[in-house]
Amino acid sequence: MEKFTVHTGVGVPLRRSNVDTDQIIPAVYLKRITRTGFEDALFSAWRNDPSFVLNQDAYRAGSVLVAGPDFGTGSSREHAVWALKDYGFRVVLASRFADIFRGNSGKQGLVAGVVAQEDIELLWKILETKPGTEVTVDLVERTVHADDITVPFHVDDYTRWRLLEGLDDIGLTLQHEDEISAFEATRASWRPRTLPAKHLPTVEIEAARPAV
Amino acid sequence: MAGTLAEKVWQAHLVRRGTDGSPDLLYIDLHLVHEVTSPQAFEGLRLAGRPVRRPDLTLATEDHNTPTLDIDLPIADETSRKQIDTLRANAAEFGVRIHSLGDADQGIVHQVGPQLGLTQPGLTVVCGDSHTSTHGAFGALAFGIGTSEVEHVLATQTLPLAPFKTMAITVDGELPPGTTSKDIILAIIAKIGTGGGQGYVLEYRGEAIRKLSMEARMTICNMSIEAGARAGMIAPDETTFEYLKGRPHAPEGEDWDAAVEYWRTLRSDDDAEFDAEVVLEAADLEPFVTWGTNPGQGLPLSANVPVPSEIADANERVAAERALEYMGLEPGVPLRDVKVDTVFIGSCTNGRIEDLRSVAKVLKGREKAQDVRVLVVPASARVRLQAEAEGLDAIFKDFGAEWRNAGCSMCLGMNPDQLAPGERSASTSNRNFEGRQGKGGRTHLVSPLVAAATAIRGTLSSLADLDLPADVDLTTFDGSPLDGVGAPGFDGDAPAVVDLGLPVLSAGPQA
Repeated sequence: MEKFTVHTGVGVPLRRSNVDTDQIIPAVYLKRITRTGFEDALFSAWRNDPSFVLNQDAYRAGSVLVAGPDFGTGSSREHAVWALKDYGFRVVLASRFADIFRGNSGKQGLVAGVVAQEDIELLWKILETKPGTEVTVDLVERTVHADDITVPFHVDDYTRWRLLEGLDDIGLTLQHEDEISAFEATRASWRPRTLPAKHLPTVEIEAARPAV
Repeated sequence: MAGTLAEKVWQAHLVRRGTDGSPDLLYIDLHLVHEVTSPQAFEGLRLAGRPVRRPDLTLATEDHNTPTLDIDLPIADETSRKQIDTLRANAAEFGVRIHSLGDADQGIVHQVGPQLGLTQPGLTVVCGDSHTSTHGAFGALAFGIGTSEVEHVLATQTLPLAPFKTMAITVDGELPPGTTSKDIILAIIAKIGTGGGQGYVLEYRGEAIRKLSMEARMTICNMSIEAGARAGMIAPDETTFEYLKGRPHAPEGEDWDAAVEYWRTLRSDDDAEFDAEVVLEAADLEPFVTWGTNPGQGLPLSANVPVPSEIADANERVAAERALEYMGLEPGVPLRDVKVDTVFIGSCTNGRIEDLRSVAKVLKGREKAQDVRVLVVPASARVRLQAEAEGLDAIFKDFGAEWRNAGCSMCLGMNPDQLAPGERSASTSNRNFEGRQGKGGRTHLVSPLVAAATAIRGTLSSLADLDLPADVDLTTFDGSPLDGVGAPGFDGDAPAVVDLGLPVLSAGPQA
């Protein structure tokens, strides 16, 4: 994972609450088997609307998204994070994030910074009155700076550390391989296993046909 | 020290306690995999040269984008086919058990785990799908994860996790006739909001919950995520043990006794402290529907479409205006007058045998509203077989409904089962997001009973709106009790309109 310390880029005001992951990337785009190339899918339904913020020249190159509360609710699709990153976003700021989205962001080097709603309103005002304003997000200091204001944001200490160091979770966990093995040795023998497979007798399933 | 159910399961899976702000490392007992969120995870393993650590704790099934028609033919959509083929190839390469389309054990991952008896009390269960919370109905700690975490679990059988907070949701009393567990959870989400559960594991308890069948409990836990919570749990009891006993992967003989002894300890201690508590009176509930574009935008069916100008909170007012515009609804119109084009009965929320039985009970001998398309999609191939064995398929077909093969189907429209732009559905699924069931599609979330009544009348309806509602005998179907459906019999009186004055006590600030 790429290290993240300080990022400066155009701020994009997204005045919507409850931006769910179906809005960030609709399910039809989830059929791909790659981890990249989702930039066209980001906010796909809204991108057809000429008045949508990312269709305005001043915001098109945005990399810091300033959104309403409860961003990233709904499905667990990490594609939502990939689509934001592929488009060029490095940071999303909101007063509340859905848990899974926030977790996924941290794994992929996208900063999901929690900013108080009144500060979000201040940022929206700046970004809307001066389109194209650059926003500086400092992960070391946990501050957001735009125009003449500097406001704090919250990212938990562990996620911040991993983002600053660019660390891979799996590598970190495998340092504790011996502890995982020790735990496995203590598990009750009756705990279920998927293998060898047990199931009811196999029966042929009749294919449903289109209604005529 | 006294503990909650969630804390007990957490403690029992602690591989390593986090230090200096780092998360705990939790062991994962069961990892369910499907085609949509796994390809990039397997690719990650391949690139790093890592094996699947515990194929014997992993199970894959195909559900999200599988067709529900012509399943014996090659999948028409090329990208869907490629994703399914990729899952099959990955399962073969990494030695993971898979239930593919056409297999009797194929189906929605959250039905397959329970029906095989793999989902058991006290387990940690994860899947790259937010509705993994369903498995919490068994007293498992079960939650959805992203693809990076899928890869992490495949590689290590563990997850680093920061502890959750706990919220008790107590549902006292008895459900009124014609209401179901779906109405309980829709009412809870409308009350606490789509963000109300963020950071929490919800534990549902109280008399009304105890009386629910496993299927009905799964419906409630399933939608915990719609309140923002990653997990919902219900302490296991005799209903749970009864459901599990004899299932293929349930413990047998002495193992069964040892398991049940342990399972009985899985309950919140009487003096356990929750971080937040919500209390709800089941008797106050009535059939619930959503009117907007998130699952928190719901109201009793007897209410009118909200009038945004009457909403005090500015953010909520704007959200309501936007939602009504998208939904094509006039403020103030009775919800009962809203006409639908499609009724979808299925999904991991309400596609189980009990749901199909209750729908069949209502539809039997009645006529479908003209111009309404009715889709019945069982949650799994086994559910389909069971329904056919009980003759439910004949009832659906006689009514004019389409009887499909198993899968996620129109819940999220990844397969050809979609709404057309502007089309309106009454759906037993879990999300009414913009475009969820098809671009421009408009979704009203409802219970199976409301879906059935709506299919008959063509507008959002409950059993109370039907002619001769007393004819609908909800107590038995071929002798089996219809758990999860309120009260024995149905007296035909419309439930009183009630204010859902459900207090949220000390739901703490967001982290």
